[in-house]
Amino acid sequence: MSTISSKVPHGPLADKWSKYKEHIDLVNPANKRNIDIIVVGTGLAGGSAAATLAELGYNVKSFCYQDSPRRAHSIAAQGGINASKNYQGDGDSNYRLFYDTVKGGDYRSREANVHRLAEVSGNIIDQCVAQGVPFARDYGGLLDNRSFGGVLVSRTFYAKGQTGQQLLLGAYSAMNRQIARGKITMHNRHEMLDVVKVEGKARGIIARNLITGEIERHSAHAVVIASGGYGNVYFLSTNAMGSNTTAAWKIHKKGAYFANPCYTQIHPTCIPRSGDYQSKLTLMSESLRNDGRIWVPKNLDDVKAIREGRKKPLDLTEDQRDYYLERRYPAFGNLVPRDVASRAAKERCDAGYGVNATGEAVYLDFATSFERYGKEQAKIHNISNPSEAKIMELGQEIVKAKYGNLFQMYEKIVDENPYKTPMMIYPAVHYTMGGVWVDYNLMTTIPGCYAIGEANFSDHGANRLGASALMQGLADGYFVLPYTIGDYLADDIRTGKISTDGPEFEAAEKDVTNRIELFINNEGTHSVDYYHKKLGKIMWDKCGMSRNAEGLKTAIIEITALREDFWQNVNVPGTATEYNEQLAKAGRVADFLELGELFAKDALVREESAGGHFREEYQTEDGEAKRDDKNFAYVAAWEYRGKPSEAVLHKEELVFEDIELKTRSYK
Amino acid sequence: MNLTLKIWRQKGPQDKGGIVDYKVSDISEHMSFLEMMDVLNEQLVNKGEEPVAFDHDCREGICGMCSMYINGEAHGPNRGITTCQLHMRTFKNGDTIYIEPFRANAFPVIKDLVVDRSSFDRIQQAGGYISVNTSGNTQDANSLPISKENADLAMDAAACIGCGACVATCKNASAMLFVSAKVSQFSLLPQGQVEATDRVMGMVKQMDEEGFGNCTNTGACEVECPKGISLDNIARMNREYFSASAKG
Ligand code: SF4
Ligand code: FES
Repeated sequence: MSTISSKVPHGPLADKWSKYKEHIDLVNPANKRNIDIIVVGTGLAGGSAAATLAELGYNVKSFCYQDSPRRAHSIAAQGGINASKNYQGDGDSNYRLFYDTVKGGDYRSREANVHRLAEVSGNIIDQCVAQGVPFARDYGGLLDNRSFGGVLVSRTFYAKGQTGQQLLLGAYSAMNRQIARGKITMHNRHEMLDVVKVEGKARGIIARNLITGEIERHSAHAVVIASGGYGNVYFLSTNAMGSNTTAAWKIHKKGAYFANPCYTQIHPTCIPRSGDYQSKLTLMSESLRNDGRIWVPKNLDDVKAIREGRKKPLDLTEDQRDYYLERRYPAFGNLVPRDVASRAAKERCDAGYGVNATGEAVYLDFATSFERYGKEQAKIHNISNPSEAKIMELGQEIVKAKYGNLFQMYEKIVDENPYKTPMMIYPAVHYTMGGVWVDYNLMTTIPGCYAIGEANFSDHGANRLGASALMQGLADGYFVLPYTIGDYLADDIRTGKISTDGPEFEAAEKDVTNRIELFINNEGTHSVDYYHKKLGKIMWDKCGMSRNAEGLKTAIIEITALREDFWQNVNVPGTATEYNEQLAKAGRVADFLELGELFAKDALVREESAGGHFREEYQTEDGEAKRDDKNFAYVAAWEYRGKPSEAVLHKEELVFEDIELKTRSYK
Repeated sequence: MNLTLKIWRQKGPQDKGGIVDYKVSDISEHMSFLEMMDVLNEQLVNKGEEPVAFDHDCREGICGMCSMYINGEAHGPNRGITTCQLHMRTFKNGDTIYIEPFRANAFPVIKDLVVDRSSFDRIQQAGGYISVNTSGNTQDANSLPISKENADLAMDAAACIGCGACVATCKNASAMLFVSAKVSQFSLLPQGQVEATDRVMGMVKQMDEEGFGNCTNTGACEVECPKGISLDNIARMNREYFSASAKG
């Protein structure tokens, strides 16, 4: 086992980034015109990076598998984006945002990266407003904020329940400006299938045109991976159907270390599963926990009656309900961080208190908020002695203004009116904190290959706080990578165009074609989805919200066997030279089948509970996660050696200079 | 429930294409429409046939990728939703369902139900942005107050997901609702004023070049739009366009 260096600059935490920026090597504008950069993915990180790099003068080639960069899955983020603007005057600061993020991540993130994130957070909001992002405003015309789980200030900016959409469309518009100027060449409906290394450096990619099936070579002086997370290893998640780990996994196999794959976020407020045909899960923004109270019945008799339809949730009086988050965590109540809220729901449902037919659902109830807002509104509008009904009506209007689209979405999917009866929710896989290992410059262990946004591991430790993903994606793309990449490219100003005719491109292309032919000629018996679903079930049962050594060992055996079966018996119809979704999917699932094993291995090695990684063997008496800072305050960075079982662990020790490691308590 | 599906199959852009009949059984009312399509495709793959190609990604009504013309309506019979948000409870046992792609000259078919909507991207590239550098040297976000009313209206316009249902529905295959949503978003915000003239002229010119039809105010687009983009946006864009043209 060796240790690796994160290249964090020396000096006081708060000055690191500004000092570093001042001394970084720059590429002069004339030389930038001779440098090409490939960006894979057009979500918040990839889109903002492509636009900014193009604006700086580099020639950017962007790739996305969707039919337009505007469809990347960042678009589905609902709740908001954090920034330490302290517009509310409630005591927020860069330090507090930094502190909350490190604590929320259960002390498993890199201090210097997180502080930098907090420092640039305010700038993101300025940038987005300048681009015309229609953030919510108050009646005075100023920007409005809401609060999110795990923090005690209001620092979340939002655009209704569509914040991700609006930020992404902002980045998309910045890209469009550069596409129009000819500085970005956009490759829609293209999938990266390998990275090409020349003399050890990332110099290009092999991509497949998803419409024609053509295999293409693209060269560049640097390659940026912004392809998102690997949540779809679970089959069911809140990710888009096409979200995949292929780009990240390919660079891993070519030398990029993969960090902390076991850190996965299971989001507490999703719409419960309804049956086996389910293809994906839908998130309900965490912001709902600001106004909703989570409960299950106190008595199992009531649970039974509800499941059988003999009772309705509204029939239960206050003292027949168990508001278990408020009971267990009086200080934070319904606003505890995501991992804590998810596990608490699982604990209640495992104990038999789940309120729907599958036994996997808890209530999220807005009645208290309807009443509170209603009374407030009655006062504001001078209505004396308002009736119950009037109060409810007034209160519901306020809630509707805040979360109207979420309530509507819920009703469309579940066919129940959440203004009349409490919502049902259950945790679902949502985000992956683990990802490609990067240093302070966001460069992977392959020189010239970078990873940004959810694709890297860097800022969220073992658990991500709400509204921080959008912040990190845009911070990486707009404000961090454009600086740090210059430091590397400064050496490339005389390199000239990279040819795609070399043996390295030839070899990589051959590998890609061979694999595709294997799929097409296999003529197996089972569909790609058959394997994906099986993998998902292993992952959810044994590497899900809680894990133990025995289960993880079994998972490794099962995944290995499933992978072998897959390569023998998968059936991919059609040909390689046409639009073929099954073929594209087969490649993605093949990569998930490898990643899943590394995931389980990482979870097995980490003999502690931290954030989203909960090992049953390591918990306190009252069931809270027990960290082991003495032995596990490190980033686990895995090096690929031929197959996942042979992966070699490298440790990046986490040094905490500014924060004292404490047991995370939200009581 | 058991259903008969009449689905448009087309091998590629050059192929003529036609309707093919399929049967699916044991469909649960809780399934989404696309999950029903998954069932059909799994069935086809297992029989060694080619599955039906269709676009989809987020499956939660926000990415704008799904695009089916179901029983003669873009995104199907219900209002205010995308294809992926349509649930099978809308249908009855024994129903026959017609499934076709979003059709328009500016949306050529790629395969089966998949169409090429890159014309929408090109319209956005012709001016659907504010020319501000992403360098970080922008003024403080709160130094520019914007009335809540305008901010809310801008947000409503910005909610467009670029699905193209408005075009598929319109008898002229006009893209006015889509284009006007973007123009409106920026015209309602002070940041958008500087380039207002160039923007509307550029976007409208590109829209015409792409081969979208003219708007004859039939309003079908507003009815089928999954995001409730209002016809007011078209009126607002027309005002912008006329004042821009007057400026020459
Ligand atoms: S205006 Fe409505 S129908 Fe047209 S593209 Fe936008 S969201 Fe789709
Ligand atoms: S699949 Fe994204 S809107 Fe339907």
